[in-house]
Amino acid sequence: MKTAHKPKLAVWKFASCDGCQLSLLDCEDELLALTNEVEIANFAEASRAVVRGPYDLSLVEGSITTPHDAERIHQVRRSSKFLVTIGACATAGGIQALRNFKDVKEFISIVYANPQYIETLNKSTPISDHVRVDFELRGCPINKQQLVEVISAFLNGRKPNTPPHSVCIECKQRGTVCVMVAHGTPCLGPVTHAGCGAICPSYTRGCYGCFGPMESPNTSSLSNQWGQLGAKQRDLVQIFRSFNACAEPFRRESEAHED
Amino acid sequence: MKTNTIKVDYLARVEGEGGLYVKVRDNKVVDVKLKIFEPPRFFEAFLRGRNFAEAADITARICGICPIAYQMSAVHSMEDAFGVEVDGQLRALRRLIYCGEWIESHTLHVYMLHAPDFLGYLDAIQMAKDHAGVVQRGLQLKKAGNAIVTLLGGREIHPINVRVGGFYKVPSRSELATLAERLKWARDAALETVRWVASMPFPEFERDYVFVALRHPKEYPFNDGRLVSNGGLDIPTREYEDNFTEEHVRYSNALHSVLKQKGAYFVGPMARYALNFDRLSPVAQQSAREAGLGPVCRNPFKSIIVRSVEILYACDEALRIIEQYEAPEKPAVDIQPRAATGYGCTEAPRGILYHRYRVDEQGTILDVKIVPPTSQNQKTIEQDLGEFVPKFLNLAEEDLRWQCEQAVRNYDPCISCATHFLRLEVDRV
Repeated sequence: MKTAHKPKLAVWKFASCDGCQLSLLDCEDELLALTNEVEIANFAEASRAVVRGPYDLSLVEGSITTPHDAERIHQVRRSSKFLVTIGACATAGGIQALRNFKDVKEFISIVYANPQYIETLNKSTPISDHVRVDFELRGCPINKQQLVEVISAFLNGRKPNTPPHSVCIECKQRGTVCVMVAHGTPCLGPVTHAGCGAICPSYTRGCYGCFGPMESPNTSSLSNQWGQLGAKQRDLVQIFRSFNACAEPFRRESEAHED
Repeated sequence: MKTNTIKVDYLARVEGEGGLYVKVRDNKVVDVKLKIFEPPRFFEAFLRGRNFAEAADITARICGICPIAYQMSAVHSMEDAFGVEVDGQLRALRRLIYCGEWIESHTLHVYMLHAPDFLGYLDAIQMAKDHAGVVQRGLQLKKAGNAIVTLLGGREIHPINVRVGGFYKVPSRSELATLAERLKWARDAALETVRWVASMPFPEFERDYVFVALRHPKEYPFNDGRLVSNGGLDIPTREYEDNFTEEHVRYSNALHSVLKQKGAYFVGPMARYALNFDRLSPVAQQSAREAGLGPVCRNPFKSIIVRSVEILYACDEALRIIEQYEAPEKPAVDIQPRAATGYGCTEAPRGILYHRYRVDEQGTILDVKIVPPTSQNQKTIEQDLGEFVPKFLNLAEEDLRWQCEQAVRNYDPCISCATHFLRLEVDRV
C-alpha cells in the first residue's frame, strides 16, 4: 500500500519574541500526534533539520523591520502553498510598531553607541503589507487551541473556526461579571477580537486589547465610556497604542485623542 | 599555513536568530563570533513616556519564553522606586509563579533543545521515535510548569495577572491545592530527569569561570538577594551599573556585557548553583550528588544536569509554597508613584535580568535600562568556543560544527531577549 505524502509545515520568524511559535511547543498533549500528521520541515527554534520547500503550510511569526527581512518574506511566500501569520507582530506590526508613531527626525536624533552597525527600517509592518496572506491568527500571544484549529483547517481544506466577535461575548460565555459595569474598571473587551477566552476580566482586570480590533469595532463610543470612568485623552492614546497599535481601527482611535 | 572556518549560518534550537563563525589558522582559533542578527525592537526607546504600570506587560513581550522574568524585574524596580515592600504570601506567590517559569523554560531546553545534541538527534521529534516515553515525560513536566504559570498568571505566555504591588487576583488555598498532585508527579519526573541526563556522554572540558548570581540569606534565589560572584563581588542591585558595562560590537545586534576590569562572566543555572548550592533543598542537593556533581560544576556541557537539578528544586519549592499558603487579604499593596529611580534584578531561567527605570511624580517612565542574561553570557560563549575548538580539531568537520553548536546551546541562549538592548546607551544630541 502506498502511504500518502505527509504535508510539510514550516515556521518562520521575523521581529518577535518567539512566544507565538513557542505556542506550538506548548501543545504538550498534541505535539507528537501533530508530528504524525505533518512533517515539520523547517522550524529552527525546535530542530536542526531543514527540509527544502515548497511547504504546504507556512506559519509566520514577527513583523518586517529590516531590509533583509523585507526580501526574505517574499522567498517564504514563493515557497508556501498557504501562508498564515501567527500573532500581533505578524498581523499588525506588534509592540515594535510603536516606532511608527515617532517623528522621523526625532527617531534619527536618538543615537546608538555605534549607529553605523545597525540596519533597521523606520517602520515595523505586518506581513500583509508585503505579501499575500491566506489567514491571520490574532493575539499577543496567540491561543494555542486556535493554532491547532488553524493548522488542522488548512491541512483539511476548510475554513478555520475562529469567531470574529468581541471579548464581551467570551465573558458572557464563561459567566464572568462585566468588570466595566459592575466595578467601573475600564475594559477594551467591547472592541477587542475574541480568541483569548476573556482571561483578564476573569482576573478582575480590564481587557487591554492584545488580540487587536474585532470586526467593525465602535472605538469612539468606548472611548466616551472610558472618559466617563476618568480616562484622560493621553490615557486613551496609550491604551489603543500597544500590542496592536498599527491595526487600523486602533491606530485611528489613538490618533483621535492626540494633542 | 592552513586556514579553516566553521560557519553555522542559522543556529537551530535556540530562541531567536543567531549564527556562529570560528576561524582556525594552524590549529589555533584566531577569531570567534557569535553573530546575533535578530532585528532590534527598541523597547527602551518606546517605554519612555509610558505609565509605570505598563512596564510589566510591555517588557514581557521581549521574550515569550521567560515573560515572568521580565514582569518580575519590572515590578521590583517600580516598587524600589516607590519605596514599597511586597512580602508575606504575595511574595511567596511571586516565587511560585517563577518556579513555574523555571520548570517550563528549563524543561523545554533540557528535553527539546539540548538533549538531542547528546543523543545524536536533529530534534526532539526524531528523538521521540526511539525514546517516546522520555519525550512524553519531558512534555508533561513542561506542562506542569505551565500549569503553575497559567493558574497564577492567566495564561502561559505573556501572563496577565502580575502587577506592581502584587497581583490583580490571588488564588484561594483550594485552587492552589489543585496543582499539588501534578507537582508531586513532576518532582518524581524531575528526579528521573536528573538521572537520565547524568548518564549522557560529556566532553572533557572545564574552565575557570567568573560566576555571577543573586544570593539571599535563606533562599535559593529568584526575586531577591545581593549580586555576588566567586571573585569577591558582593553588591546591592542598585550598584550593578557601577560594576558592569556594555560594549557594542559590529557583528552582533546585542550588547556584550563585561565586569569592569575583569571581563567576561557567566550567569544562569551554573552560576546560581555554584554560588548557592547550600541554599538548595535537601532533595535537590542529594540528587545533584548522585548525578556526580560537586558543589561547583565547571563543565558547561553539564549545564544540562544543573538545569535538571533546578527543575527538581523548583518543583520541590512550589510544593512547599502551596503547602503553607493562606490567601492574603488583598491581592496587591497600594502604590503611590513618586519621582525616583528604581532598580530590579531577578533570576530569569537563563540568569540575572537587570532593569532600571527613572519615573516622574505621575509615574511616567523617563528612561529605561534592561540587561538580559544572554547578552551577559555572549563573551563567555565566545571564549568557550575559543578554547573548545583547538581541543577537538581532530573531529570530522560536520561533527565539529555540531559540537560547536552544542557548546552554544549549553547556555540556552535567548537571542530574542539579547537583541532589544541596542538602544540602551541612547542620548539625545
